[in-house]
Amino acid sequence: MVKSIGNPAPARAEEAPVWRHEHVLDIDDFSRDEIELVFETTTAMKDVLARPIKKVPTLRGQTVVTLFYEPSTRTRVSFELAAKYLSADVSNLAAQTSSVSKGESLVDTLATLESLGANIVVMRHPLSGAPYLASRYVNANIINAGDGWHAHPTQSLLDMYTIREYKPKLDGLRVAIIGDIRHSRVAHSNVWGLTTMGAEVVICAPTTLLPVGMESPQGQYPKVAVETDIDRALKDADVVMMLRLQKERQQGGLLPTIREYVRRYKLTPERLKLAKPDALVLHPGPVNEEVEIAREVAQGNQSVINKQVTNGVAVRMALLYLVAGVKL
Amino acid sequence: MKDILIKGGRIIDPAVSRDETADLLIRAGKIAKAGTKPAADAIIIDAAGMVVCPGFIDIHTHLREPGDEEKETIASGTRAAAKGGFTTVCCMPNTNPPLDNAAAIEFVNERAAETGLVRVLPIGCISQGRAGNIITEMCDMAGAGAVGFSDDGSPAATAVLLRHALEYCRDLDRPVMDHCEDTALTDGAQMNEGIIATRLGLKGWPAAAEEITVARDVALAEMTGGRLHICHATTAGVVDIVRRAKEKGIRVTCEVTPHHLTLTDEAVIGYNTDAKVSPPLRTRKDIDALIVGLKEGVIDAIATDHAPHTEVDKLCEFGYAPFGISGLETALASALTLVHAGKLPLELVISKLTCEPARIIGGHNLSGTLKAGEAADVAVFDPNLSWTVNTREFASQGRNTPLAGQKLKGRVMATICRGELVYSDDALRKESL
Repeated sequence: MVKSIGNPAPARAEEAPVWRHEHVLDIDDFSRDEIELVFETTTAMKDVLARPIKKVPTLRGQTVVTLFYEPSTRTRVSFELAAKYLSADVSNLAAQTSSVSKGESLVDTLATLESLGANIVVMRHPLSGAPYLASRYVNANIINAGDGWHAHPTQSLLDMYTIREYKPKLDGLRVAIIGDIRHSRVAHSNVWGLTTMGAEVVICAPTTLLPVGMESPQGQYPKVAVETDIDRALKDADVVMMLRLQKERQQGGLLPTIREYVRRYKLTPERLKLAKPDALVLHPGPVNEEVEIAREVAQGNQSVINKQVTNGVAVRMALLYLVAGVKL
Repeated sequence: MKDILIKGGRIIDPAVSRDETADLLIRAGKIAKAGTKPAADAIIIDAAGMVVCPGFIDIHTHLREPGDEEKETIASGTRAAAKGGFTTVCCMPNTNPPLDNAAAIEFVNERAAETGLVRVLPIGCISQGRAGNIITEMCDMAGAGAVGFSDDGSPAATAVLLRHALEYCRDLDRPVMDHCEDTALTDGAQMNEGIIATRLGLKGWPAAAEEITVARDVALAEMTGGRLHICHATTAGVVDIVRRAKEKGIRVTCEVTPHHLTLTDEAVIGYNTDAKVSPPLRTRKDIDALIVGLKEGVIDAIATDHAPHTEVDKLCEFGYAPFGISGLETALASALTLVHAGKLPLELVISKLTCEPARIIGGHNLSGTLKAGEAADVAVFDPNLSWTVNTREFASQGRNTPLAGQKLKGRVMATICRGELVYSDDALRKESL
């Protein structure tokens, strides 16, 4: 269930926060303290990864299944390695090769995985809300590794963690998210996460790729600035997050040509100069070089794209550890 | 057939502006004249504190038979109707095979005679095979008992199809009932377009997708002089278009469902597949406009669009779930929430469930009133009785309702169809003389 409506950040509690999330479905119901706790735990996991033998027995005897109904390399491998570094037994199920393609329902598939001993299921699904359905019908902890256009909470957490390695705090940072916001679970989760942490978010895209209803969020969505002009969005930004442009958006008629998108929205070295001199450049990957971002920028010294990938493993170790600690 | 005496209820018969506390006697299937003495063996219903009104007429019901009997049958659907106070249901033809010829209409009539508990009046397809190309044998179907024509579930596929349908059945005095949706705009759409859809990451179904088709239909009704009925209006814009059409004298009528009158797109939060319905639940602003539309007479009737599905159908990812709400058993109580909230008068709600829908489908021995000599189709309900919606107790096979577990006020206590007591609540006091 979606647990919270509106900005969920409660006042800072006196004592250390207690982890209460049995599942990680989205971060719209995470408080600022809970996000901080993920960061602290991630830092501890990074220490583990820095050791000569990067393995701890934390999840020994636990079974983690990655259930992917959509192709993915980096997210799945990132979770798989995270679970293995924590000594969990890991099994990977890709929808194309399982009985899913024979028409087994999601609920039945999960029941099967649970009968096989899965304690944590990491799920990627092309349809929004699928992990919510899963969480209602199984006892295993569900971690959302991306659902439709809805949410990608672990990506947002690793993005924010990466920013935090370079900036003293997220509070007050100006973050520009540029690209296909309407269909981007990465953008949505980052909007929730960043606004909860006090950042100022501006989203930027041609109107056909902007989400509907942003002018009046009615307490249902965080307040963000909306721009169609990339130069205005980039102005004085501390962080620039570029999104991958899916080619099918052009085929679906939302863009006249990729060419015009490139002309209007590609992050070039010149455009990047509009942002603050120390602005960070992020991209969730995989990158379409010279479409949404110039190779020179993606590979440039302001880019932290590879850092994001590295931190992804530590963030996922942290979340596996935290959810495994919530007993039913 | 025993006499039935309904004692001491508040009789509301909007067709004749009657509203008084009185006894109502039913004899030999008809409403008896005032002052007639009941027979010694009459069934007596104690209706003190209850409303006695004409049986409800639902001009938009999906009974799923033939073809989808695991979702509903004529037997189960008419039992659900009786439980909801409905004595007549008009069943939509999007069955499998679709009701697109007289033999199919006759099949429904026969099944209804064998297994139905209340009156079933079939609606025939607009197009052969619901394929959207060629009009059906409307005269033949009307002769077999079809009371209207619709490709419901889908819109009349093209303007030219609707034009032909409106022209062809103009002399049949039967409405062409359109499900209004521009399917290019709703491709992949899951719920109302807006901030909730954005938040949930679900593709939006814009209000314009409905309004465009309503505007098209109204223009064709004006051009052809045919009788158009707009199914399940959901947006403020639709109310405006229909209002203007009626002001111009165009022959158009319009219905609204209880769920579109009472629920918003927020019901979808949590990916509740039981709140997935076509057209989708809209916004507070739309609800307010629909209520005004009912009051002004722009919207003629309340119809359920009862669309039962199995539990398995709805137990899936939101994007895979079929559209539809099982509505017959909650329709009255849902509509009464507007009465209890002071937004609509009770008499008006009853008229929108009785004489008004009777007028839309016309004739067929349906008057939607309690005048002496009329067929005895009667609903008795307690407007103030609170109850919790327990879908396990549904007579319908479809338990798909976003109202599951919710408390509603107003409950049908007895339903009489053609002079027979077809439903009575366990709590109803019945006695003999």
